[in-house]
Amino acid sequence: MPETPAPASATADAPVPGGLIRGELERELEQTDNRTRWLLSLPAILIILFFAAAPLLVMVVYSFLTPGDYGNVKWIFSTEGWVNVILQRDIFDDTLIWADAHLSIFWRSVKLSIVTTLLTLIFGVPTAWFVATRPKGKREFWLFLVTVPFWTNLLVRTIAIQELIRAEGVINNLLMALHIVDQPIQMMFTDFAIGFGMTYVYLPLMVLPVYAAVDKLDFRLVEAAHDLYAGRWTAFRRVILPMIKPGIIAGSILVFIPCLGAYVTPRVLGGGKNLMFGNLIELQFGAGRNWPLGAALSFTLMAIVMVALIYYVRLTSREEKTDV
Amino acid sequence: MSDTALPRHSSRGYSVRSLPGFAVIALFTIFALYAPILILVAYSFNAGNSLAIWEGFSLKWYAQAAQNSAVIDAAIRSLYLALSAAGVATVAATMAALATTRTRRFPGKTMIYALINQPLMVPEIVTAVALLIVFAWIKVATGYTSMIYLIAAHTAFCVPFAYLPIRARLETMDYTLETAARDLYATPMQVFMRVTLPQMWPGIIAGMMLAFVISMDDVVITEFVKSAGQETIPTYMLGQLRRVVTPEVNAISTVILAAGAILVSLFFWLSRERR
Repeated sequence: MPETPAPASATADAPVPGGLIRGELERELEQTDNRTRWLLSLPAILIILFFAAAPLLVMVVYSFLTPGDYGNVKWIFSTEGWVNVILQRDIFDDTLIWADAHLSIFWRSVKLSIVTTLLTLIFGVPTAWFVATRPKGKREFWLFLVTVPFWTNLLVRTIAIQELIRAEGVINNLLMALHIVDQPIQMMFTDFAIGFGMTYVYLPLMVLPVYAAVDKLDFRLVEAAHDLYAGRWTAFRRVILPMIKPGIIAGSILVFIPCLGAYVTPRVLGGGKNLMFGNLIELQFGAGRNWPLGAALSFTLMAIVMVALIYYVRLTSREEKTDV
Repeated sequence: MSDTALPRHSSRGYSVRSLPGFAVIALFTIFALYAPILILVAYSFNAGNSLAIWEGFSLKWYAQAAQNSAVIDAAIRSLYLALSAAGVATVAATMAALATTRTRRFPGKTMIYALINQPLMVPEIVTAVALLIVFAWIKVATGYTSMIYLIAAHTAFCVPFAYLPIRARLETMDYTLETAARDLYATPMQVFMRVTLPQMWPGIIAGMMLAFVISMDDVVITEFVKSAGQETIPTYMLGQLRRVVTPEVNAISTVILAAGAILVSLFFWLSRERR
């Protein structure tokens, strides 16, 4: 267990037994303390190093190999995996052309992620506001209500959406019973289904950070804005919005990133045709039998996620600077 | 719900805490969050084979799921996996949290912190295929296939989830009680067992429950790491979706939802104690 760093002892310059001078002893204690802390962290570090971090490094190597005939790889160097991320070779004359199939999947991933983020903003921000402005005693209850779906199984929630929008699902049955439509609307296996499903499953990720931001909001400032004759809209735009912006940015990034890498929701609701990034990667390790391409695609996805994260960090650090 | 309880602005007729339309959208959203789940639960009690036509109340799909050996095997495997992974992850996370909180900056602190959170930064599908590559290689080289691969993979992504609540708990504790215990001649072991551990216990339990839920819910990494015949409940359900879906899937989902709801309530209750 960690020891407190030895408090600056009262025995200021007194010689320490063992012939050490004070500074040396302190340094020695500090080094022992560092060692203890590293040893304590070691199990966690090793577990993550072996089963999360190192496999990524192995995958770097695999992305530069040649695909095997039945999956896996041949140990022959090749950059083809990386080239194939956005380009493909013409079967007949070997010239490189744009890989339209991949580009359209990237575009779908980015498009649906942006749309989902916007939809979760539209529904999530008012929800977070509503929960955070409940009177003290009731707030816990509302917060609990929006948190429970967050902890319920993602696959189960996706199945719930599937049953809602299937051809014989609740929505279609309802529309037909009301004679609004004669035939069921095809909603499954469309981009709409994926966007709808992702909005549903990732919505709590937007609500929680925005809630935290509204919770910290000093309403005296809003009050002051109204006293100074700001209308509701002006007060919202000029006072409230700038103050809850960090929560909105955090929520957007928390929704956007899992959307980009989503696998389960597009697989269940998008079917075999409406692939997203995650499904394209899976395909290379399954029927596509092109592990190097799959590895290269994985790093492409990671790179996009990293860019989003860096953008987020820069955005928030600038926020903090302007706050001061 | 009553906006009347909110203080109104003196010269305007409304509260500055309410924004026009927000309450309506919020109530609709909360309704929309629950409606699909409730419909799913409702159809698990359907007497018919259909997910569309209500044919009366029945528990037959629960009975069928309970007699389906594939479901039972998958459930036992899921529990075994989640308990092992959450257990190991919580021990490792507790040690790491003790090492990285309540301290000055020490060399490597940031690195340890970044490493522990690494599984949260990388998209799950990427970790999944990377593990597939490494484990495929090991499986071919050793011919050894057992649950150990799944347990290892799950433990790794459970560590950050177990770590966060434990760390949060530790940060609310200071050293006064521990110092007092030491002043009273407690040995380091006694200080830890009698003072530190009891104080951080709610954090440890919360962390372990979080890790357990995360492991139970995992589809992506499990789907890529599992060997033949190692279905867990989520991968079993994902496989079922390819076939004709019967309310049996709803029955299993409902059981998962109920178990999850109990755990979340416990989690909420535990983290409330903290304040």
